[in-house]
Amino acid sequence: MGELFLEARNISKAYEGVQALDNVGLSLGKGSIHCLVGENGSGKSTLIKIIGGVVTSDAGEIVIDGGHFHHLSAIESIREGIQIIYQDLSLFPNLTVAENISLNQMVERRTQVVDWKEIRAIAERALVELGEEIDLNILVEDLSVARKQVVAIGRALTQNAKLIIMDEPTSAITREEVDHLFEVIHRLKAKGIGTLFVSHKLNEVFEIAETVTVLRDGRKVGDYDASDLTNDKLTFLMTGETIEYHPYTVDSQVVSEPPVLEVRNLTRKDEYTDVSFSVRRGEILGITGLIGSGRTEVALSVCGLNQPHSGEILVESEPVTIGSPRKANQLGISYLPEDRLTQGLFQHQSIGDNTVIAILRRLLSKLGLIDWTEKTRVQDHWVNELAIKTPSAEVSASSLSGGNQQRVVLAKWLATEPKVFFLDGPTIGIDIGSKSNIHEIIRELARKGMAIVMISDEIEEVRNNCNRILIMRKGRIAGEIEDPTSVDDAEIFRQISGKNGSEVPRT
Amino acid sequence: MTQKQANNVTLVIVFLAVTAVMSIFLPDKFLTVINFQSIVSQFPEYGLMALGIMLAMTTGGIDLSLVSITSISGVTAATVLVQYANWGLPPTVVIILAIVAALAVAAACGILNGLLITFANVPAIIATLGTNGLFLGIAIVVTKGSGISGFPEEFLVIGNGRLLGIPVPFLIFIGVAVLVGLLMNRSRLGFEMRMLGASPTVSQFSSVNNRAVLIKTHILTALMAGIASIIIISRVNSMRPGYGSAYLLITVLIVVLGGTDPAGGFSTTLGTVLAIVTLQVLTSGLNILAFTPFFRKFIWGLLLLGVMVIHYYRRRYYEKRVTQAARNAPPTPEGQT
Repeated sequence: MGELFLEARNISKAYEGVQALDNVGLSLGKGSIHCLVGENGSGKSTLIKIIGGVVTSDAGEIVIDGGHFHHLSAIESIREGIQIIYQDLSLFPNLTVAENISLNQMVERRTQVVDWKEIRAIAERALVELGEEIDLNILVEDLSVARKQVVAIGRALTQNAKLIIMDEPTSAITREEVDHLFEVIHRLKAKGIGTLFVSHKLNEVFEIAETVTVLRDGRKVGDYDASDLTNDKLTFLMTGETIEYHPYTVDSQVVSEPPVLEVRNLTRKDEYTDVSFSVRRGEILGITGLIGSGRTEVALSVCGLNQPHSGEILVESEPVTIGSPRKANQLGISYLPEDRLTQGLFQHQSIGDNTVIAILRRLLSKLGLIDWTEKTRVQDHWVNELAIKTPSAEVSASSLSGGNQQRVVLAKWLATEPKVFFLDGPTIGIDIGSKSNIHEIIRELARKGMAIVMISDEIEEVRNNCNRILIMRKGRIAGEIEDPTSVDDAEIFRQISGKNGSEVPRT
Repeated sequence: MTQKQANNVTLVIVFLAVTAVMSIFLPDKFLTVINFQSIVSQFPEYGLMALGIMLAMTTGGIDLSLVSITSISGVTAATVLVQYANWGLPPTVVIILAIVAALAVAAACGILNGLLITFANVPAIIATLGTNGLFLGIAIVVTKGSGISGFPEEFLVIGNGRLLGIPVPFLIFIGVAVLVGLLMNRSRLGFEMRMLGASPTVSQFSSVNNRAVLIKTHILTALMAGIASIIIISRVNSMRPGYGSAYLLITVLIVVLGGTDPAGGFSTTLGTVLAIVTLQVLTSGLNILAFTPFFRKFIWGLLLLGVMVIHYYRRRYYEKRVTQAARNAPPTPEGQT
């Protein structure tokens, strides 16, 4: 590991009686690239907040460059060269790149007069040091997430960072941008600046990290050399369980049946062109592609939320026009949206209300009023059926974990008894353990005869759970994989990106 | 205890406290039948408007044109009453005609508001600010700015009559409030209004017809104003456009005081009714004490701020408790899925 830069010793922290961290230690070498992994609730956020001085630990100490701190404050942490880049990046969208990069330093200096030349100079220096070029006058809100990250890293450099902590930096950027970010991290390393990378995306951990520290339920599982770990081993360390995937297969009889849903030459200008596919009862059809490949747009069109310009949709061989989600619903088509928090879930309404919103008509008594007993019965049924972890269906959905929230959204759609169920990113932001539970729920639905269309950019997810995969690229169907067991992730990745040969796949 | 019940308990306590203070300080003036009759006949007109605002706020919107809708439908009713009385029709028929016409005009106003909000995508606060001027303008042009008066004797019963000693406006208010309560708690429309207020995007994805729900909401809101207008013109036996313009801010205040979330997604009919009654009791007490209207506003403001603070702390406590309860719930049994 070389020379130590930071050491956290025996850190413990409890919140309202819940032990978030229990006697955890972490050692980071100078200029090292270290990864901190663990599921949601494993304590990784608490640990980085303690290192950043934002949260005070109940016990333990932090040693930075030989200096001992029992109660590290945020200012001390920054002075010692620690910079945390949170997931939201904490940038000012309405200010320019130059202003964002130099703001912290200007504040630190306590100057009262704005020196615009100095602001540009500071920003230029930081970007040169990073080896990046961004127009300094552009507003941050006009940048892509990846460019914003560079701005945030640049800002960190202006404060003599020796260690940059990045919280889930790859969750909202494309594959190419991830590669670019990794280049930046390596450039920082060459200058002696270390990186602590907090992530739960396994593949990236292997690509970038030298050392991996695994946390589980507030305890440290151990430190590992990235080269000694495999995907399965890391999953086991994080969850304490071995998760095995068996490929999903359908009855050969199913294939000969007429499709429940057939899409012919569907086109919407600037989004997708000439898309045709069909799905049968009992099938799990995967659709994968990069962001912007048209995968979500096609699904929205079939579900009545995005009118196609031409083409045909057939439900059970009948041509239909789907002008609204309600119409889709009547035809037996449901859509679980990509963004759970803004499209799928009424966060501050109760679990029960979330469950019945799409089937209110069925709960009406003869007088046209909602039958409260029936509503209670239905919501309790789904809480049990999907094993939603809650004391009651009456509590607010916001009190649930990500995995349980997704079950609530699933319940809402399953209550409508769909024939075709589109699941767009069904496990985004969900822990590995919950993830496989949700996959099992989906498989069970298909086994019972529902037609499932699973849209995901996680190649592994579609390969493990689908019996057939469509690949979308630049708005077109670029290929179909009849037997997912016959190909590996690298092959699928090649097809998605449209590149041949040497590209490193995501796993 | 749910959040809603806790909210209403707070209001009941405030109501009892206000009543108790008034009764202790003014035993012979406040605790009289006449005073209570006067209290319950004063609030129905703005109480109805408050219920209307509550409906709009539940969907995350507002209706600033409410008082103007009262004017325009009041003018309609008054015109019918004055005109048709001369035509030799029986008074009952004229009165029914007037009420139907007033409600129809109110509903039309609501439709216009709803269309502007849903199809022209104008935010509710802007759309209704615009129509506020429009409706009032029409009412003034129709009456040429002067009042209309001289209604059939039978019509005055609505605003001034008593049934078993209970003022008729109060009975009307209670009836409407019960219907609104049913709407919000037991009907599909009410449920969808609340969910739409919580998040229009999620409700759209959940196959709720957002446009239809919003248009219906604004019609119902406008109907509340329409009913209020009938009570008003009957009580004062005349119609003057612009009457009650001071009510607008009071009704918004009442609704927020009652525990409705101005951001949408949460409202309670009972809470709104409790807030209305509390405010009226306070006002009557202050009137008896001969305080100036300015001091009354000061007290109202104080009450609002006080209840807001209580709401804030109660909500925070509630959320904390729920999060803890969820944490302590039994873990998901393995393999049950």
